[in-house]
Parts: sequence; C-alpha cells; structure tokens
Amino acid sequence: MREGEGDPGLYDFRPYRDRAKIAWPEGKTVAVWVSPNIEFYELDPPANPQRKSWTKPHPDVVGYAHRDYGNRVGHQRLVDVMETHGFKGSVSLSIAMCQHHPEIVEQVNALGWEFFSHGAYNTRYSYGMDEAQERALIEDSIRTVREATGQSIKGWLAPALTHTPRTLDLIAEYGLTYTCDLYHDDQPGPVHVQSGRLISMPYSLEVNDHYGFSVYNMSPREYAETLIRQYERLAAEGETSGTVMCIPLHAYLVGQPHRIGPFAEVLRHIAADGRAWITRSGDIADHFLAHDYDAATADAARYATEAR
Amino acid sequence: MALDPCYLEYPKRRHGMDHDFYPWSNLFERKPIAWPDGKSVAVWILVNLEWFPIVPEDKPFRAPGHMVTPYPDYRHYTARDYGTRIGFYRLLDAFAKVGAKVSVAANAAIAERYPSVIADIVAAGHEIVAHSTDMNGTIATGIGEEAERALILRSLDTLERVAGTRPRGWHSIARSQSFDTPRLLVEAGVDYMCDWVNDELPYRFTTSAGSLINLPLNHELSDRQILVNQQHSVDSYVEQMTDAYTLLEAESTRFGGRMLPLNVTPYIMGLPYRIDAFERLLADLAARPGTWFARGDSIVDAAGV
Repeated sequence: MREGEGDPGLYDFRPYRDRAKIAWPEGKTVAVWVSPNIEFYELDPPANPQRKSWTKPHPDVVGYAHRDYGNRVGHQRLVDVMETHGFKGSVSLSIAMCQHHPEIVEQVNALGWEFFSHGAYNTRYSYGMDEAQERALIEDSIRTVREATGQSIKGWLAPALTHTPRTLDLIAEYGLTYTCDLYHDDQPGPVHVQSGRLISMPYSLEVNDHYGFSVYNMSPREYAETLIRQYERLAAEGETSGTVMCIPLHAYLVGQPHRIGPFAEVLRHIAADGRAWITRSGDIADHFLAHDYDAATADAARYATEAR
Repeated sequence: MALDPCYLEYPKRRHGMDHDFYPWSNLFERKPIAWPDGKSVAVWILVNLEWFPIVPEDKPFRAPGHMVTPYPDYRHYTARDYGTRIGFYRLLDAFAKVGAKVSVAANAAIAERYPSVIADIVAAGHEIVAHSTDMNGTIATGIGEEAERALILRSLDTLERVAGTRPRGWHSIARSQSFDTPRLLVEAGVDYMCDWVNDELPYRFTTSAGSLINLPLNHELSDRQILVNQQHSVDSYVEQMTDAYTLLEAESTRFGGRMLPLNVTPYIMGLPYRIDAFERLLADLAARPGTWFARGDSIVDAAGV
C-alpha cells in the first residue's frame, strides 16, 4: 500500500457497468462460498497496545464462553446443514485450532473444506507487528495448516481484521493469491502488491452473521431472509457480470438452536435454485486468475487517468 | 517499534483448552443423557429476581438494568420494582398454570426486604438460586478474594436463613466472574453455577478446592438479549424459542436429552403486553410430550455428570 497517503493505492478504479464479464463454470451466474470462521479466543491473552482483546477484566466469562460454544456446540450443527445441502466450507481459521481442537480441523478437512489463515488466535492482533513478526505469523500459518491438513493456504483474512501496511505485500510474496480483507466490490479484482499476484476475494461484513445478529440485531428469520435477498440480487446481476456471494459465519452465532433452522432454509434455497456455482474461495481465486485477471486489468487501464 | 516478543509466544497453544477449568468436549460426542420419564428436552426456566439500590455502584461494573439517569432515578428504580411487585407474580401464575417448577435466581436483598416473596417461591415448589447480594454486588477480577468470599457467603447465608434451605446453585450478575469465583463457590459449598455459556448441557468444572457443575444459561436465548438488547417483539421471541425447541427435540432422538434454558426477567417479560405471549409459549411447550419443565438442581442431578 501507499503508506501515509489518503488513498492507500490498493487497487485501480473500475466501475461496475463497464467490465468484461466473468463466466463462471457451467454457465452459473454467481459463485457462492460459505466461510465458517473457526476461531480460538484466549481466556487471558497478552495485551496489544492498540486494541483490547476483551471489554471486561479477564476472565470475560460471557465473551470467552460464547466463542467456546461455537467449537463445542455450534460447529457440528453448521457442518450438518452444510453437508445436507452440499456446501463445502472455506474456513477462516485461527491456526492455533490445529493444536487446541485438531479434531475439528481434521473433520472438515476430510469433508473437503478449504482453509485460509485468520491469524494465530482471534485474540492476537497484527497492529504494531514489525516485519519480522508479521513474517513469523505468515510462516507459522503456512506451516501449521500444511502439517495439520496437507493444504497450502491460498488466502488470508487478517486476525480480527487487524492489518499492517505490509500485510498484503507479504502474503503475496509468500505465494498467497487472495485477501478477504477488502470490501470494495462484488467481484474479485487485482490488488497492487510489490511482488506476486494478489486478488481481492469478496467476503462480506454486511451479510456476515456477526453483523446480522450482533450489529443489526436481526432475528434468525430476518437474517435468513437477508441472505436470500442478497443471493437473489447477485444471481440476477451475475447473468451479465458474474458475481460472488460470500456467507461468512461463526458457529457461536449461527449455530445457536434458534438460528440454525432458519439458516438451513437459506442453503436449501440456494442449492435448489440452480444459478449458483457452489464452491470454495480458493477455487474462485484459481478460476479468476486463470480466466479473468488480465481482462480486469485491461478494464482498469481504460480509467488510467482517474484516481488509482 | 515492534510488539513485545511475548506477543508472538503462545505458552498455552496445546491440545484442549488454554486453561484448566474444564476439558475440551464436543457436545455431539458425549454419552447421551436420559432425562426422567424418557423426556427429550428439559425446559429450564430461570427467573432473575433482583433489587437495584437507587444509589448504583460502578465498582467493578454497573449491573445491566441498573440506574441510568442522574440521581434520583425514579424511572428505573420503580420500573425494576414493578418486576418484583407485579411482573413476578404474573410469572408465578403462568408457571402454576402449566405445572412448571422453575429456578429463581434471587438477590439476598429480596430475602431481606421481602421474605414473603421468598415464602411464595418456596411454597410453589420452585428452587432458589443465589444471585449475589443486591444489584450492586457485581463480581470481576480486581474486587479482591476476601471481598468476593464475603459477598458469596452473605448471599448464601441470607437466602438460607429466609428460605429455610441453602441454595445449591449460584448465578453471578451479568454472568461475570473473577478467576477466583469458581473456587470460592466450591469452598462455599455450591453445587452448580449458571455463568459459563459455552455449552448446552451441564458439565464438570474443576478448581484447586474441588469441582462443581456448570449449568449453562444461554444468554442468547434470554429475554434481556432478545427483547431488550436486540429489540425484537415478544412474538418473535416466542417464535425463536419454538424454533430452538424444534431443533433440540430433533437432536434428542440421536444424541440424548437436550436442554432449553428460558432466562426471563420480571420487569421485562412480566409486562401486560408481553405476558400473554409468554403464557402461550409455556402452554405450547407443556403440550409437547417431550417437554420436561425442570429446576436447575433437578437437571444437574438427572444429568449425573
């Protein structure tokens, strides 16, 4: 990024109405990926100078136990509804889960889910890391996931969405191909990095269950209706553009007994619709890099005189 | 400048939890629990019965529901009192209609100030769970072990003196504990606590003084969370509880007895425009053959963990 400038220079301007169409496999109009955040929060983590882990003195019993509920209870419910409707997860993984609860990591790895890094713990933030420290975290992520699953991570979602000005350059240097940290588009797109090729993968804050339940205070059925509307719009627009819809989830929220039933309706709806390429983030990235990256760059070149 | 090197050290990165209070356990891989009479879902109603002094304390934190305006906050003082005088009696009548025995998490101040309320609870066959002293009796790391021990004992002793039996359960205000709380509860003879929301069935919690049960009282399903914090209607609340019951009942056929905690508050649920819907929920649950309305102590005993 362009550190210290008003425009961080992450990507080029490229308006929605003047783009090469993305053609997803088999004529599908929208690539749908489900992203369970499988996280570990620590009971008594060290303090980061720029952000507190918990709002209360440790132990923050409700904060910690709520997250632990996700792994003990909610996770299996989410797995069950995803399996029922044929969705493979793309996991935003606190990599320390490979040590704390390898049973969960092995279970979903065997189901064919993909993993990308979401930091070591969701209570350890990248703010204030120097380059060596950030490299250590990236190397830890690559090594830990490889040893636990055999997979080479392709993507990154910063731990608790905490970044440094170096993060995107570094993950690209290590060969990762997508970041889930940028929210400027409903399609993937090139990201400027010093080396390698990095794309932005549409994730979502707006239809994240955290926003749905904890920010917008939706009821379970309102959240389900929101996801269906998001899907319907993106599937329709995708006939001319080729869109991506991510459903980012946390088992401690959507896996609650009053929520998982209405949520299952969403997956049933999308699976039955027929317009969705139900896939994983890494597969979307591979497809875009192979077929669409150069066209997107050419699209941007037409706006070279505008802000970049 | 870099972060302190310890920020990238993870001394508790190991199999299981990052503490020794309880082991890692997947709800769906445990030995199934069989509730009495072959029931599938234990419906555990816990009512918070609280007294808020009009002079609030902010150490260690101000309790949820406490005073808001500058002194004297007649608005909140009296609206909370409404719960004890009116709303709680609506709830008692609602429980009687369906024959439900419930847990009442009472401040010791309720027993000191209104022993007749405690007598009514006991006479109806409900259980009293100790719920601190009054709503200034919040707990968090920093209040000090001696002060916390005194608070716990004063709550238990007062409730025992007025109710005639010592409470077996403990519920902290806002479910907030210090690192000492579980041990102090064991030392005070408490059998179970209702503060950790990480599970849906009772499980054993370990301290250096011995162990106790944690009976999880899901805050996401509470009337405070759904009606006050998320501002849903009571009809939506009823729908959400019904959806939860449906899910839990379906799971019970494969995984054993399940539990639906209904955490209700007299000044929230006991209002005229809400109580009818809550009564309909209770009637609906009572009509289902799988329902076992049960007190917390009964659930703990039946689970046998």
